[in-house]
Amino acid sequence: MTSRAGPSPGLLASPRMVALLAALAAGLAMPMKAGAVSDPSEMLADPAAERRAEHIGSRLRCLVCQNEDIEDSGADLARDLRHAVRARIAAGDSDRQVMDWMVARYGQFIRLQPRLDTDTLLLWGMPALALLAGGGTAALAARRRRPAPSPLAADEEERVSRLLEGDPS
Amino acid sequence: MSTSLGRRRLLALSPLLVAGGAGIGFWRMLHGMSGGSFDPHDVDAPVLNKPVPSFDLPAQAPGRGFSAAELSGLRAPVLVNFFASWCVPCVVEMPALLALPSMLGRPLPVWGIAYKDRTEDASGFLQRSGNPYTRIAADCDGRTAIDWGVSGVPESFLIRPGGIVAWHTAGPLSSGMVTEELGPALRRIGA
Repeated sequence: MTSRAGPSPGLLASPRMVALLAALAAGLAMPMKAGAVSDPSEMLADPAAERRAEHIGSRLRCLVCQNEDIEDSGADLARDLRHAVRARIAAGDSDRQVMDWMVARYGQFIRLQPRLDTDTLLLWGMPALALLAGGGTAALAARRRRPAPSPLAADEEERVSRLLEGDPS
Repeated sequence: MSTSLGRRRLLALSPLLVAGGAGIGFWRMLHGMSGGSFDPHDVDAPVLNKPVPSFDLPAQAPGRGFSAAELSGLRAPVLVNFFASWCVPCVVEMPALLALPSMLGRPLPVWGIAYKDRTEDASGFLQRSGNPYTRIAADCDGRTAIDWGVSGVPESFLIRPGGIVAWHTAGPLSSGMVTEELGPALRRIGA
């Protein structure tokens, strides 16, 4: 709101600031670039097939790092699994067949996004359940806090009308 | 009035309780990881209770290579162990592998698979640390390991006669694990 809330446009545009921002941006971009798939020799020649491989890879867990997908992971095993995905695609597998190939070897754990089945129903339903519980609690609280105003008694009505007419007594 | 105040206090406390619960859960997880009772990498392999995946691997000196057919044709159980010279936990588990027969009170042949290793590195490692393996194969590109669902070395699979995977661990074998898990698994398959 006020001028103190952020750097002034003058400061942002100063050459030193621009250089600093550029250095920061380069620093941020570096580790992403170093991420595994930057090696062109790994990629499929057909851009559409490569896009499919990247999409599948982004849904596969790296079993070494466990919270990274194999497209982002620098682990050796992730590189081997990227190769395997591309080999399956080159052999003519559909996306689903590649996924099933991986699950057959590493189990459901390799899916970064768990499949919806009876085991994961509660997991997938949790956001809706949380919203329902929160909304229900809020609605109950709102209803309790504001009881309907009771109608004025006869003497109160009389006093109100007197006040409105400007009679202070 | 007092009940509404109590309810408000409870409501204000509930985020703290949730955070506290999460904290306790996290602490238990870390405690289990340092104590060895919880290992996030020890995920049940889908190959468990299934026939060994098909493969035929060349020899790794000083042993002879082997294939899935040879494993399936065995009349006695065998432990298949993926290892590598570059893997520190493999050095750690070597004494347990070498002492396997005395700890189990019965012979159990161990067949090794050198995972993504150079031939001379793997043979040098076995010269230094001792060689517990009856047969040794080389999985140079790691493709066979992927078919087994190996996520890292060392990993061990107990193969029952007929070539079915009966037990699996994704981590170094310890004497405790041998007596508490591998021994009972051997007795379960009755071999």
